[in-house]
Amino acid sequence: MSGTFMGMPGMPGMPGMPERSDRPDAPELPATPALPDFPAFPDAARQAVGDPVLRANLRRATHTIRDKRARAVAELADWDRLRAAGKAIKDHTLRHLDRYLVQLEEAVTAAGGTVHWAADADEANRIVTGLVLATGHREVVKVKSMATQEIGLNEALEAAGIAAYETDLAELIVQLGHDRPSHILVPAIHRNRAEIREIFAAEMGRRGRPAPEGLGDDPRELAEAARLHLREKFLRAKVAVSGANFMVAETGTMVVFESEGNGRMCLTLPETLISVVGIEKVVPTFRDLEVFLQTLPRSSTAERMNPYTTMWTGLGPSRGADDDGPSAFHLVLLDNGRTDTLADEVGRQALRCIRCSACLNVCPVYERAGGHAYGSVYPGPIGAVLSPQLRGTGSAIDASLPYASTLCGACYEVCPVAIDIPEVLVHLRERVAQGGPVTREGIRVRIRPARGHTAERAAMRAARLLLDRPGALRAGERLLARARRLRPRRLPGPGRAWTDSRELPQLPAQSFRDWWARERGDRA
Amino acid sequence: MSSRDRVLGRIRRATAGYGAAPEPAVPRDYLRVHGVRTPAGTADLLAAHLAEYRARVHRTDGDGIAALLARLLAERGARTVLVPPGLPPYWLAEARATRVEDRPGSDPYELDAVDSVVTGCALAIAETGTIVLDAGPGQGRRRITLIPDHHVCVVRVPDQVVDSVPQALPLLDPARPLTWISGPSATSDIELDRVEGVHGPRTLEVVLLAGRAQ
Amino acid sequence: MRAALFVTCVNDALYPRTGIAVVRLLERLGVAVDFPAAQSCCGQPQYNSGYRRESEPLLRRTAEAFAGYPYVVTPSGSCAAMVRCHYPRIGRAAEREGRGPGLSALAEELVPRVYELTEFLVDVLGVTDVGAYFPHTVTYHPSCHGLRGLGLGERPRRLLSAVRGLDLVELPGAQECCGFGGTFAVKNPDVSAAMGTDKAASAVGTGAEVLCGADNSCLAHLDGILRRRGADTRTLHLAEILASTEEEPLT
Repeated sequence: MSGTFMGMPGMPGMPGMPERSDRPDAPELPATPALPDFPAFPDAARQAVGDPVLRANLRRATHTIRDKRARAVAELADWDRLRAAGKAIKDHTLRHLDRYLVQLEEAVTAAGGTVHWAADADEANRIVTGLVLATGHREVVKVKSMATQEIGLNEALEAAGIAAYETDLAELIVQLGHDRPSHILVPAIHRNRAEIREIFAAEMGRRGRPAPEGLGDDPRELAEAARLHLREKFLRAKVAVSGANFMVAETGTMVVFESEGNGRMCLTLPETLISVVGIEKVVPTFRDLEVFLQTLPRSSTAERMNPYTTMWTGLGPSRGADDDGPSAFHLVLLDNGRTDTLADEVGRQALRCIRCSACLNVCPVYERAGGHAYGSVYPGPIGAVLSPQLRGTGSAIDASLPYASTLCGACYEVCPVAIDIPEVLVHLRERVAQGGPVTREGIRVRIRPARGHTAERAAMRAARLLLDRPGALRAGERLLARARRLRPRRLPGPGRAWTDSRELPQLPAQSFRDWWARERGDRA
Repeated sequence: MSSRDRVLGRIRRATAGYGAAPEPAVPRDYLRVHGVRTPAGTADLLAAHLAEYRARVHRTDGDGIAALLARLLAERGARTVLVPPGLPPYWLAEARATRVEDRPGSDPYELDAVDSVVTGCALAIAETGTIVLDAGPGQGRRRITLIPDHHVCVVRVPDQVVDSVPQALPLLDPARPLTWISGPSATSDIELDRVEGVHGPRTLEVVLLAGRAQ
Repeated sequence: MRAALFVTCVNDALYPRTGIAVVRLLERLGVAVDFPAAQSCCGQPQYNSGYRRESEPLLRRTAEAFAGYPYVVTPSGSCAAMVRCHYPRIGRAAEREGRGPGLSALAEELVPRVYELTEFLVDVLGVTDVGAYFPHTVTYHPSCHGLRGLGLGERPRRLLSAVRGLDLVELPGAQECCGFGGTFAVKNPDVSAAMGTDKAASAVGTGAEVLCGADNSCLAHLDGILRRRGADTRTLHLAEILASTEEEPLT
């Protein structure tokens, strides 16, 4: 992926960051460092809302998958129980995360793999870059992975002179289009078939085998072009980089769900496989997969089962000697803000996420704002609760994400691990508006409120003072009633945001309170 | 301090707040199987779900398998067919295609030149329309069912068919490399609409072989 | 039977006719209605905007204003959801912050007595035909907090279906949020307006004369959009339709 890097700030050496002493307490700090100038959500969303092609692409795609998902879920009479089990398995794992990671490390090592630990993006990138350079090869094929996007691995590899080829169809579209991903499952959801045809025709030749002459925009033809373009890369690849959907602590088994077969290519053909996986992806037992193998495909692509799932344990029983898969396997366990998220009692539930993207597909805000407006590789409702926790709330975009929701609850309803996203959003709004205790890089700190909330805070307090005095409230209502003939079409100040697209409500002649006092005063 | 110690230390501080608060048990009251079926019904469901995801499903028995596989390869126009170690030799007794024995060390380009592959499987799951390969006898290395564009997979019915995912996992050994296959390679990456056929075999044929293992 | 009306601050100040409709409707059904004057706002604007501590005095006030009433009825799914889903959370947060179980106790005591209007009618009074008459074409928008927060389900539609003369038409995409979302409407005005415009267009597309809802805050947003666009569809709170009879039709 070229173009703007939207990965994680908060790397060592950033101004304003605490020293990495991991002391349990520290004094009050300014809010965490800013993302490089990404606009706040409302500003980025404004552009998307005004783009009719983007709106149509997103509407078509999200509505298609929404209805399919509902049908796939309705097939299972025990969906609610699977959801409760998935939530409980994840909660249990998070509570004992240290124990399960150590167990996983032992199992992977015993099966011939090597485990590395990365506290942040920078460290993970250094580890992976070093491993690739040590193979002597300068090219890697990549399976779609949120974790490697999060840390900006492709940019780090390119900086070290290593070419990284995305092999997932949508990631290929994004990479060839010098674009940014806008969806967790379908990173090129913002592109329609005609746009994809243009990208393939113009760009494939620069990175390898060109698109066939006279390429049309039928999805079958486009998929065929991708097959031909990537096959030469798969067949010669010596090093692959992947993520994983699950890691099993008791057995050391890694699990990757996919559809196209690019995952299988990367996981089985190269000599060296490097998997970068967030520490929250571990589950305790092989049996636990019976829950997620049922809930993840139905929630993400709305299928009973995705076409391909690969499970591997280290180098296998032969330790790589049977030529069935890589002869070297490295697992990089990634923190990068996850332990800070784990430290928050309300916010930690976001770590249950299995990246199905059902919440994006059902979100009316995502449908209109598009994924880029979220300024992160994690867009949509889950992104709005993950990014400000992983990155802190210091930047304009991160401070605005908790407000990028009407709290309609559709995301919570479809979440297969029952993350109460609206609850976390409100919790994070409190953090933004009021400041308070948070954990950054393992250190407990108090952050100050984000900028721009002083007037709101004063207004909320004034409103509460008024509302807490029914006598004053009644006087205020009477004042309002007397002003009813003055109803302007446009309001100044913050009210403009309302009247730009809506009429104001017509004011009544008297409040309910007054009506009651007049009509039923004797009984009040 | 190593990063391992740093991360584990952060986790321990982050989870210290749980204290000794009682922990609810993971509820396992979800269903082991969805619906009640006879073995024949389970096989029918497997066939229906495989077909729904565009796998081609065929049924035969021990007497008919050689002819059926020969016909499928001929209809495909396969000149070469990959044969994993341990595949019952009589399955391909009537096939005209040249057999290519899978051998460690063969490079991916050699496999890319083969037209078809015939394998068995470890088990199949009716509710999801899935076949699972574990690199056991008659299945071979994972790459042989990936690179050729035509995969014919033989499932012994009813022995190798289970109803559900929860029934499948205890039968599988996680130490072995496992590949779960549900229909041919597909993508939903263009407008979130499913299209069959990207990198894996674009044609998946599943043969339901009646009768006990011989 | 005696019930207290929790009219909510929005209805009190801007939509008194909804409160009046609830009083008439409940009285017609034999319920003695009280309006405890000490009531005010439930505190949702503060809470949802991240000012939890500012919502605490309003929690306390609401709990105290309605103390002793076996039934507290409110014509707002949103405010009912605030009490039922968030008051206990506010109480627990205060406990976590070492400020004692007082708020939790108030919340726990209040929550089981609070009913959204359609819940009260269907579950407590056991009626779906409230004897209403409203000879118009109506489409119903189920607001999110009622739909998903409270799980009102089919209650509102069952009540509307039983209204004589009323022709209930399906609203396409009914379950999708209208885009109001409290301060969302001003913090994210473009997305809010886009959502509201789509919802309004769906309502207009049904050909219904009336877009009915059970939350006046959502209806204020939709009504503002409909009127700005010069649409003929008008918005009405469910209570006003249910209060309308042949003898006393809605004016």
